[in-house]
Amino acid sequence: MRTTFSGKRIKGILGLLPHNEVFFEDETENYSFPAVQTMKLKKIMGYEKHRLVNDKAAVSDLCVFGLEYLFDKGILHKEEIDALILVTQSPDYFIPPTSNVIQGRAGLRKDIICMDINQGCAGFLVGLMQAFMLLDLDNIKQVALLNADILSRKVSNRDRNSFPLVGDAASVTIIERHEESQKIFFDINMDGSACGALIIPAGGFRQPSNVHTSELSDTGDGNYRSLEHLTMDGAAVFSFVQSEVPKLIEGILQYSNIGKDDIDYYLFHQPNKFMLEKLADKLKIPYDKMPMNVVSNYGNSSGVTIPINIVHNLSSLLVDEQLKCCLAGFGSGLTWSSMVMTLGKFDFCEMAVTPY
Amino acid sequence: MDKIIEILKEIRPEFNFSESSNFIDDGMLDSFDIIALVSQIDEAYGISIDGMDIVPENFESIESIENMIRKNGGAI
Repeated sequence: MRTTFSGKRIKGILGLLPHNEVFFEDETENYSFPAVQTMKLKKIMGYEKHRLVNDKAAVSDLCVFGLEYLFDKGILHKEEIDALILVTQSPDYFIPPTSNVIQGRAGLRKDIICMDINQGCAGFLVGLMQAFMLLDLDNIKQVALLNADILSRKVSNRDRNSFPLVGDAASVTIIERHEESQKIFFDINMDGSACGALIIPAGGFRQPSNVHTSELSDTGDGNYRSLEHLTMDGAAVFSFVQSEVPKLIEGILQYSNIGKDDIDYYLFHQPNKFMLEKLADKLKIPYDKMPMNVVSNYGNSSGVTIPINIVHNLSSLLVDEQLKCCLAGFGSGLTWSSMVMTLGKFDFCEMAVTPY
Repeated sequence: MDKIIEILKEIRPEFNFSESSNFIDDGMLDSFDIIALVSQIDEAYGISIDGMDIVPENFESIESIENMIRKNGGAI
């Protein structure tokens, strides 16, 4: 589904990280594979270190910290937030919505729209889409888009397929009406028939938790996880990304009538370095236009990797300049989405480390 | 062929690839081994194997690996 948006801009982005940083080498003993074999993955996949929240942290903690950080700096004023969107796959509770929890803890107005969206690797773009739509309503002038995931708590630390690359993070993105902004081009696709490629099988209502669903077992390939842990069919996900994402990018560029070389940066979701290099090679995009360093620095925090990518790589540029960017998110659902838009000049673009 | 066998031995030194008719069915290469193999083939042959060709059936034997390399512009 392709569509356009007008008269909107991103005012600024704040990236939020857990303070706990763990190195890949320190976790190799958790896996049942020889350490020498495991270490070979370091260079290929871009494993270096990742940020993991503590045992007590929840998504609302990171988000409230971020909002209060911006309030304290005078960058954001709580009375000006007309809507709050939270994109997460790791809510504080099944009930109530975590966006409501955040609204209450942050002391926001009671006459605002709060909304949780359960989306993963494409979630930041889905959140932007929702923010843009809300800004077309009367009396909505500013939207706070929160994107946060702490999936390290749902990935087995004995699963070498997934644990080295998982990371926790959050972001606060402020979006507002801005008549002079250039048109935004958007594309989104869904394939629920392949939803099993990225799934946490138990703990929801399809298969509620019991004593058996939390038991670790050998999955047959030397990795250990339970039914309440994230299961990723690596081959299926890789095949999906290589098959669909090049077409997605070619399509959005054609739709926006913008040449590949006219894009300043390709800001993609960050699954791992190997997959991104293959995409760049296929699309003939030079590596310096497609940052691939989020996993090695922070881990894969699902949809949040896009705002973290922006803040980590482009913060100093985006406060001073405008950049034509192509964003893309692809993953659980399966969902894949792209957006061509001008980013900058931002009022703020920075990273903060939380106490969680 | 020698170059490919050398790379395979470096990735999984405990296996004798000459004795297998199907590296995947015999459990000699898992998905991460395939990624490591692709990465080393790319470097050794100066190519970039298309992501769409990174499927298990292309890594079943020396012959299938060589065919994949040729298809992606590598000289065997």
